[in-house]
Amino acid sequence: MDSALATTDPADLHAGQEHGHVSLPQHRHHFETVEQQREAGSFGMWLFLLTEIMFFGGMFFAYLVYRNWYYPAFAVASNQLSVSIGTLNTMLLITSGFCMAIAVWAAEMRKRSLLLAMLMLTTLLGIVFLGFKSSEYYEKYELHHIPGNNFNVSMFTNPAGYGIKEAPLPPDMAQKTQVFFFLYFAMTGMHALHMIIGLGLLCWLIWRANRGDFSSGYVAPVENFGLYWHFIDIVWLFLYPLLYLINRHPLH
Amino acid sequence: MSTAVGNTIVSLPDQSTAQLPKRHYINNEYGLLSWLLTEDHKRIALLYLFSVTFFFFIGGAFAGLIRLELLTPQPDLVAADTYNKFFTMHGLIMIFLFLVPSIPGVMGNFLIPLMLGAKDLAFPKLNLLSWYVYMAGGTLTLAALVLGGVDTGWTFTAPLSTHYLNTHVITAAMAIFITGFSSILTGINFIVTIHRMRCPGMTWFRMPLFLWAHYAASLLMVLGTPVLAVTLVLVALERLFGIGVFDPAKGGDPLLFQHLFWFYSHPAVYIMILPGMGVISEVVSTFSRKRIFGYTAVAFSSVAIALFGFFVWEHHMFIMGVSSYSALVFSLLTMLVAVPSAIKIFNWAFTLQKGSITFETPMLYCFGFMGLFTIGGLTGVFLGSLGMDVHLTETYFVVAHFHFVMVGGGLMAFLAGIHFWWPKMTGRMYPETISKLAAVTTFIGFNLTFLPQFVLGYLGLPRRYAAYPPEFQVLNVLSTAGATVLGFGYMLPMLYLAWSLKYGAIAGSNPWQATGLEWQIASPPPTENFTEIPIMDHEVYDYEWLANKTKNEVTTVG
Amino acid sequence: MTDQAIHDHANPSMHEPRSEQAQLHIVTPAQYLVVYLVLIALTALTCAAAFVDLKWANAVIALAIACTQVVIVVLFDMHVAYQSRLIKLTIGAGVFMFLVMVTMTLTDYISRSWGMW
Repeated sequence: MDSALATTDPADLHAGQEHGHVSLPQHRHHFETVEQQREAGSFGMWLFLLTEIMFFGGMFFAYLVYRNWYYPAFAVASNQLSVSIGTLNTMLLITSGFCMAIAVWAAEMRKRSLLLAMLMLTTLLGIVFLGFKSSEYYEKYELHHIPGNNFNVSMFTNPAGYGIKEAPLPPDMAQKTQVFFFLYFAMTGMHALHMIIGLGLLCWLIWRANRGDFSSGYVAPVENFGLYWHFIDIVWLFLYPLLYLINRHPLH
Repeated sequence: MSTAVGNTIVSLPDQSTAQLPKRHYINNEYGLLSWLLTEDHKRIALLYLFSVTFFFFIGGAFAGLIRLELLTPQPDLVAADTYNKFFTMHGLIMIFLFLVPSIPGVMGNFLIPLMLGAKDLAFPKLNLLSWYVYMAGGTLTLAALVLGGVDTGWTFTAPLSTHYLNTHVITAAMAIFITGFSSILTGINFIVTIHRMRCPGMTWFRMPLFLWAHYAASLLMVLGTPVLAVTLVLVALERLFGIGVFDPAKGGDPLLFQHLFWFYSHPAVYIMILPGMGVISEVVSTFSRKRIFGYTAVAFSSVAIALFGFFVWEHHMFIMGVSSYSALVFSLLTMLVAVPSAIKIFNWAFTLQKGSITFETPMLYCFGFMGLFTIGGLTGVFLGSLGMDVHLTETYFVVAHFHFVMVGGGLMAFLAGIHFWWPKMTGRMYPETISKLAAVTTFIGFNLTFLPQFVLGYLGLPRRYAAYPPEFQVLNVLSTAGATVLGFGYMLPMLYLAWSLKYGAIAGSNPWQATGLEWQIASPPPTENFTEIPIMDHEVYDYEWLANKTKNEVTTVG
Repeated sequence: MTDQAIHDHANPSMHEPRSEQAQLHIVTPAQYLVVYLVLIALTALTCAAAFVDLKWANAVIALAIACTQVVIVVLFDMHVAYQSRLIKLTIGAGVFMFLVMVTMTLTDYISRSWGMW
């Protein structure tokens, strides 16, 4: 901790006491000023995102280790993911993030109808993302590429038989594609779970925005949710190249 | 001090006229719902107090069963696999449901806003939520127990836990996952509160060391716990779907599990001990009537322990087949953690030097802490050295070592803190003589239980077995006898503290003549803590300031 | 908060952000739009780069682009460029701890089989 952090200006807090006291219904009694409450909220949100970094970090590390150990299996298995759906989903999520950013701006500017429209658009794009994601999951289910007892490696030991331009893997390396698919499902699954939670929160925000809660300068929930939603984007921005783009130029 | 009479600093109001304040946080509202839906940090602290005590005695019961089984060399009380379930439940409950939430949940919740001069923690609802999440995790742990138990050891060692055992691993893993969320929420709440809710004049270097310690521990909770969470999720998924990120037969690496698990679980040791060190700083200063020697060093050593704590986890894995070069690096780094811990011990010792020491119960527990934690810490240096570790790891030496740190350190500090702040929490004093007896009993019982285990371990007795060769029986009997004494020592406080709720002497606002802001308000405190926001216009642990204040305030005592 | 206060906040603040308390800074839609277009362009670039055989550089480029995108999102969409030092420090702490986990664990993975072949 450097000493600059240690400066809480007493004069400032007193000034806050004089003019900033209880003017919004959302102002909670134990905060001296609304400003203090807003900062505490956003700092808390960042600390929460810190835990999320470490949570996903564990899986990213597992990915790093196994990708280096079983690179051939990872490359081949990765090529069985649809790069077009993956890219489209990335674009969708970035667009959704853009809408969320505009929503935050609309809330700060107290533009209620724009805020509502942008929140709905964010939700819609999120749902479309999940729709594509589940179609991908379903395809893997049909191909028996979901790790577990029904996992089938024949596509990797005999790619020519499936009309795929890949070098066939020896059987033991082919088994390691299961590790890739496990990490794929674990990471995208956790990401999807975060999105589902986010969509639930979005519905709640839409309901509150519709009620006019965010039309009077109180925007903390929208801002903090925005941070969460952008964090989900961030995770996907790493997942996309790591899972979909390992080696898209086989047999060169 | 002027108020010190004989060999005590306790100054209580005149018992014939004294009474508790009319309105305080306990009698402010009545009814079960006023407790279950409360957002008052002090009430939530009491909720935590009841629940951690409950889980402590369940975990303690398992400890008793373990010691009873080990009374004889044969597995005659229970079969070996039942014994496995005993030590697993003992570990899970004591670590995740008692040690991790005990001091932060009870004392941290109660005292952080009071010491900062704030009305509440930054997020009161989140605080209540963290208690409910804790209870959900606790209930699920008990469910795993009732359904038939789990026998992985508290370490969930993969692939044992994922492929070979047929017990309720997923239930237990989810229980711990959920409990982890509780500690994350508590950590976030503390960090934000300490950054944002300090009263005017309360700079970082005027904060009591209790707050520094909790700040450091909260950092560990926030940064470490999610890694445990993701590890447990992977274990549960692996078990559920029969795949192999951690199973070598399927291409996984069991050491990856160990790395991720200990990346949390080593810092978790500091989550358990750092708040305890915070308690000790407060107690030592109060009962030697001196500012903590080297305040800044002690404050920064908390942060240093938190930081170094993340660089040493591999010393749990030296014999598991990790790279010996890497083990060398981690062994050296492990020695580094000894430095900030020693800084604390030395500074407390120098605080005592030439202080006006008095021997009230919290101080007795505190001395217990300093002795036992030092032994625990030094044996940790043995275990951190590569060569010694090969011989000693996975023996009773390790068991004794971490019990010295966790029980001799963490639990002693918890009891010191409970006694120290009991007058503040309840407005009444605990009975002094019997509590001194309890402190001494605990100390004797503890040493009798765990000193023989150092010898057992050095002689090569491995941990986690229900049976052992007959030549080890004498030491095991000693240990079991000690555990009986220890159990008695732990029952006592529960009984007399409950008694004191009704019959204890009225404590008044500052029975110890301590300097913290929490002692300058009524005991028990009013719901809103401070009627007007205090201004910290003096240095921390400034006993002269207190003496002047008391002198000028003679007429307004009460 | 009074209307005056809101009005003050709505103007991009002239005050320097102080150590713990930063002024509320409002990023304009035009800025968001630029950020959005850059992110889309980088996504297209990373996808295209993956189809060209660049040996080991493929992974490096993919990660570098991902990191660039993330930094842009963090700085502008998440407003960190305009936040207090405390928030920046918090994010730094998260990244630092993640790197500690990776590098310290890698000391084991890299050297585990040294001297065993």
